Amino acid sequence: MLTARNANYDSGCIHVENLNLWYSESHALKDICLNVPRGSITALIGPSGCGKSTFLRTLNRMHDQNELVRIEGDVRYQNQNIFDPHIDVSALRKEIGMVFQTPNPFKMSIYDNVAYGPKIQGIRKREQLDSIVIQALKDAFLYDEVADRLDQSASALSGGQKQRLCIARALAANPKVILMDEPTSALDPVSTHKVEELILSLKEKYTIVIVTHNMQQAARISDYTAFFLNGSLVEFSRTKEMFENAKDERTQNYISGRFG
Amino acid sequence: MLQTISKKRKIQSMFFRNLMRICGWGCAAIAFSICAYILVRGVGELSFGFVFSKPSYIKETIGILPDLLNTIYLVVAALALVVPLGVGAAIYLCEYSRNAKMSALIEHAAEILSGIPSIIYGLVGMLFFCQFLGLKTSLAAGVLTMVIMNLPGMIRSAQESLKTVPVSLKEGAYALGAGKWKVIRSIVLPACLPGVCTGMILCCGRMVGESAALLFTAGFAHSINGFVQALQTSGATLSVALYVYAKEQGNFDAAFGIAAILIILVLAINLLSGWIQKRFGTLD
Amino acid sequence: MQTNPYPIPSKTELVAGSQKSSKPKRKSDQIEKAVEIIFFLIGMICVALVLLISIYLIAAGLPAIQKIGLIPFLTGTTWKPGAAVPEFGILPFILSSVYGMAGALIVGVPIGILAALYLAKGAKGKTKKVLSALIQLLAGIPSVVYGLVGMLVIVPAVRSIFHLSDGACLFSAIIVLSIMILPTVISMSLGAIESLPKAQEEGSLALGATSEETLIKVVLPAASDGIAAAVVLGAGRVIGEAVAVMMVAGNASNMPGLFESVRFLTTAVSSEMSYASGLQLQALFSIALVLFAFIMMLNVLLNHILKGKKGAC
Repeated sequence: MLTARNANYDSGCIHVENLNLWYSESHALKDICLNVPRGSITALIGPSGCGKSTFLRTLNRMHDQNELVRIEGDVRYQNQNIFDPHIDVSALRKEIGMVFQTPNPFKMSIYDNVAYGPKIQGIRKREQLDSIVIQALKDAFLYDEVADRLDQSASALSGGQKQRLCIARALAANPKVILMDEPTSALDPVSTHKVEELILSLKEKYTIVIVTHNMQQAARISDYTAFFLNGSLVEFSRTKEMFENAKDERTQNYISGRFG
Repeated sequence: MLQTISKKRKIQSMFFRNLMRICGWGCAAIAFSICAYILVRGVGELSFGFVFSKPSYIKETIGILPDLLNTIYLVVAALALVVPLGVGAAIYLCEYSRNAKMSALIEHAAEILSGIPSIIYGLVGMLFFCQFLGLKTSLAAGVLTMVIMNLPGMIRSAQESLKTVPVSLKEGAYALGAGKWKVIRSIVLPACLPGVCTGMILCCGRMVGESAALLFTAGFAHSINGFVQALQTSGATLSVALYVYAKEQGNFDAAFGIAAILIILVLAINLLSGWIQKRFGTLD
Repeated sequence: MQTNPYPIPSKTELVAGSQKSSKPKRKSDQIEKAVEIIFFLIGMICVALVLLISIYLIAAGLPAIQKIGLIPFLTGTTWKPGAAVPEFGILPFILSSVYGMAGALIVGVPIGILAALYLAKGAKGKTKKVLSALIQLLAGIPSVVYGLVGMLVIVPAVRSIFHLSDGACLFSAIIVLSIMILPTVISMSLGAIESLPKAQEEGSLALGATSEETLIKVVLPAASDGIAAAVVLGAGRVIGEAVAVMMVAGNASNMPGLFESVRFLTTAVSSEMSYASGLQLQALFSIALVLFAFIMMLNVLLNHILKGKKGAC
């Protein structure tokens, strides 16, 4: 194991040190250092192709399936390097859940979608599953809309409902961290508003990292913001600070809409 | 500290992973051992006399030259018919047909044709070509039967490559005032050549391997003939000869010799089609 | 039928067609029209062939069924065309074919699907290339070669393992046929699995499922239509295979048993075709008609599956 840096591990949840990622030959992430603060919402912003989604997917090792990706550096979660060969990737992903850009509910009933995670973890008792599913749906602000049709297929839901179902599905697996990859980019404004409210309400229990291309959204919901450009982390600070008084000129330009 | 997943899940996952691996490698091993077995037993039979003479009852020797020639005749003649017909039908489907129902009908018919077992083709070929058209049991009847059998495959291959012809290319030609037929001749046909080649090779493979449909249409005589003469008389192809030697005469040495040739042909066909796909496959 | 698909217009026509004056223009229009009609006719050949084959089989197959009676023909358990009182019952053939199909599918389909999963998700890089090349090879091996290998390897092995007097039986046929359907099942399933969008799979992985759990619970159900189509195609190949079965199944017209020498519908047609005449010959055509009916039923089933798939997208 690498020696622990003298970073403050109590306030941080995920510690990223000198993370480099190559996608085939191209250097997609360059020397990223970042501490994701616990119990807060961290937004990752930047023009498309800047590496923010790539970075997000590194945090729960979603690049594992891809042979073209090569990663160097350290991502520490609960004081363990997540790339350590002893780490069980499934256990890691149970702790660090993910919500995707396009809602991707399974072709199953609403109930089975939410119960998927707990069932995988070996929970078989019906009452226990019921209470987990109902709680997760309630936490995702979806229960009232679907309470009478839990056994119906999830494909009949609207886009916004599907995304909230995916969030409920992630919550039911009982994670500590939730990664969100542009969760509202496929949704209409009303659904986006609902999902944003939901994300804010989750902050108390979960650490959230959210990729967004929408700067208003980052300003509205996040506590911290990281600005990525061409695979590098340009600036990371409190959202308010960054939007009012960005240190780096490139950040200023981006936030004021001069490019990207 | 991060926990690990339960032992039960770990074991289940590992079990399934290894089951997949065993099945994958098992299938490959079956393919390899069949080919190796045939080649090991058969290649020794392939003497000059075996390949380049005809069977002699007096000397009690087996020669497969007639069967080899018949196979070549059959493949050449059938390809000469099936390629224009298959490409033509594909061009109609891709370029001309404006009626979706008509296209669906034709495609459906081609699908049905490709599902019909070869023994039924043999039977209908016998009834229609040999008896009704009076061709008797002859290589010509076999050729026509092969044309029907391979038409759907040819249409499929041609269609796939026609779809890859960029619309912009065609539009450019139309913009220059070329008629449809001219565009097809000068733009579409050359562009789909690689696909048609692949289709031809696949057809070759099927025809070389076919036996059930040829038993009753092309017959199983072993005499050396010229092309025209051969079409009019009964003649066994390699596969039919293999069947006859193994099943009817119990001559397994000859059967293995022919089987080795067939396997070598199949290998060559696979390599060739792979090469064509690699060379021309993706145009975009 | 042998119309020339490429009537090459003479040079003068081409030159005329490219000029803009009105009279030759009409001529080039005529050529276009003629070409279109020719292509249309070529396109219709497939339809004509299906009709031709159906009509021929029905015309050839019905007389014997009329003489024997549909019920005795389909349900009779004895096939003795040469006896003093000939009997034409094809139930043994029907059942042998059905049992053979069921057996080959039971053995071949799970192995094929697992192999397809391994190719799609497990094997990487060079391994994948080698495996797919070998499996493609399996598809190219002619059925008569399968028959030869079955005759000389599987039949003796079955005889000595199960202490039979003759190893040429339904069991041997099932083994050979299940190998023969592997390439069909594998390539069709592989296509279905690889065409799935990654989103659902990633969703499952992100919830902490292992990749194997994801394959079983998410990937396989999502690919089930394509896999079902693969199974039906495999079934068609088993029902229609003649030569390999002829060489390994023993070819006696017994009612089927796992270690009985049996005749399939296909081999019933081919084994007596060369010498049959009269009612016996007509009855063989009737068997072919029954076989054709089986294949058409599978076709309908396949279309049903594929249509359901289209509707879901």
